[in-house]
Amino acid sequence: MSPLKRVAYFFGLPILLIVLWWALSFGSTNFFVPKPIELAQTLWTTWIGDRFVEDVLPSLGRLAVGLFFAIGLGIVLGLLIGSTRWLRNLLEPLLEFFRAIPPPVLVPLLMLLIGVNDSMKVAVIISGSIWPVLLNTVEGVRAVDSVLNDSCRSFGIRGFARIRYFVLPAVTPQIMAGVRQSLSIGLILMVISEMFASSSGLGFTIVQFQRNFAIPEMWSGIVVLGLIGLGLAIIFQFVERRVLHWYHGLKEITHDS
Amino acid sequence: MTVNEPTKNQPVETVPMLSVRGLQKIYAVPGGEVEAVRDLTFDLAEGELVCLVGPSGSGKTTLLKCISGLMEQTSGTVELNGSSVTGPPKSMAVVFQEYGRSLFPWMTVHANVELPLKNQKVPKAERAALVDAALKSVGLDHVPKSYPWQLSGGMQQRVAIARAVAYRPQVLLMDEPFAAVDAQTRADLEDLIRTIWKQLGVTILFVTHDIDESVYLGERVIVLSSSPTVVQEDLKIDLPAERDQLNTRALPRFMQLRSHVYAEIQRAKLGPVTEQITAQRRTAVK
Repeated sequence: MSPLKRVAYFFGLPILLIVLWWALSFGSTNFFVPKPIELAQTLWTTWIGDRFVEDVLPSLGRLAVGLFFAIGLGIVLGLLIGSTRWLRNLLEPLLEFFRAIPPPVLVPLLMLLIGVNDSMKVAVIISGSIWPVLLNTVEGVRAVDSVLNDSCRSFGIRGFARIRYFVLPAVTPQIMAGVRQSLSIGLILMVISEMFASSSGLGFTIVQFQRNFAIPEMWSGIVVLGLIGLGLAIIFQFVERRVLHWYHGLKEITHDS
Repeated sequence: MTVNEPTKNQPVETVPMLSVRGLQKIYAVPGGEVEAVRDLTFDLAEGELVCLVGPSGSGKTTLLKCISGLMEQTSGTVELNGSSVTGPPKSMAVVFQEYGRSLFPWMTVHANVELPLKNQKVPKAERAALVDAALKSVGLDHVPKSYPWQLSGGMQQRVAIARAVAYRPQVLLMDEPFAAVDAQTRADLEDLIRTIWKQLGVTILFVTHDIDESVYLGERVIVLSSSPTVVQEDLKIDLPAERDQLNTRALPRFMQLRSHVYAEIQRAKLGPVTEQITAQRRTAVK
């Protein structure tokens, strides 16, 4: 695909939908339905400036810290649990149980345990987004190729070198699949953690707008969330392509033949 | 039949490089046990190139895994240079049949060959020299930056061989390394093994199910029975040291030897020797 075509595909549908939205809402007087131009103006005036520094950046910061620890802990614990059979057998039912608990219900509990602060919000994000990475890593370690494993053993590649040169790269496809899920879970939990007993952040501000019937502002907050999600997806894709270029190359060849 | 007597009863002058004594492997399977290898005894002198040939399902891979220390035998001993093998020994390298699964797909050809050396903390300059020399010796010095999956099957197996060569083992074990490559590539790779063997003076144990390959490659061929496996015959291959695909394979002696091995394999398929013997004994008792 030529670059021009790719750009056209990327923006084609969004532009079409905005035009459609504009046409349908043109004569509307419904208070709850925002108009595209109005919304774009609100987006600009509401979020650029103080609010960006006071609400958006702290939210993004907590999201980044939460995701960093969720992914890091998920990988480290996953490698540990995955490569120790008794630990895996011991923990697996428990992990499935914790994974099944919807993380938002942990918010009141964590508020009691940690208090109403940034740490609590970060903990909420970690508590929900660690699972896909952790469980995928465990599963990946369990499924490493037996011949590659024998190759490592016969060349005396053990311990840390084995993790670094063999297990970690071998599990990266599963880890990345987990990270992809974690990103969206993390974003959801970032908003939810700010909806309870909070005084700043995107989630707090959006609820605040809704309560004050600042409907265009509320909508603009939702658009900001969408844009953050899009940003995360773009970063993810960029990283994934670099880290897993071998995997995609290998897949392409095995599918061709 | 004009074939040498088995060599296994000849006295061994020095400590053999590789010594397998009474090796037995029994797998526990659901509902009982399977005896894959019953009783194997043979020696490899230093610098020998020996082929193990046996019917499919004769426990060749099991045997090789026990010798390489990747799997624990049920009873019997494996000794490398006089010391007992209990785990993968440092001075042994293995080339597996599944080349596509024995190279790291996330590493370039160069990095794949280099990894075992890196792991052994070989200094960087020496490492680079060893890797380059090994890649050159398998004729792959033009693709160090490629990834294994970008190469053909035969080339991938060459990379695996280069990795083993760069590691400078005393003993090289090869588990049906050419079973999954096409016939022409296979012939090239067979010659490559002979060349490397002569260059390095390494002891090679080459497992195959291909009778012609075993006779063409080996200085000695050990014929295995079908599972539960015992040594059926230990045959010296008295072909000239310089071998080539066209002339060696056309030699009357080559034909003779391969026919002999073929007949042995056919006999092996009928069942383990020991069982036949016990059956004979039973009838004798009657």
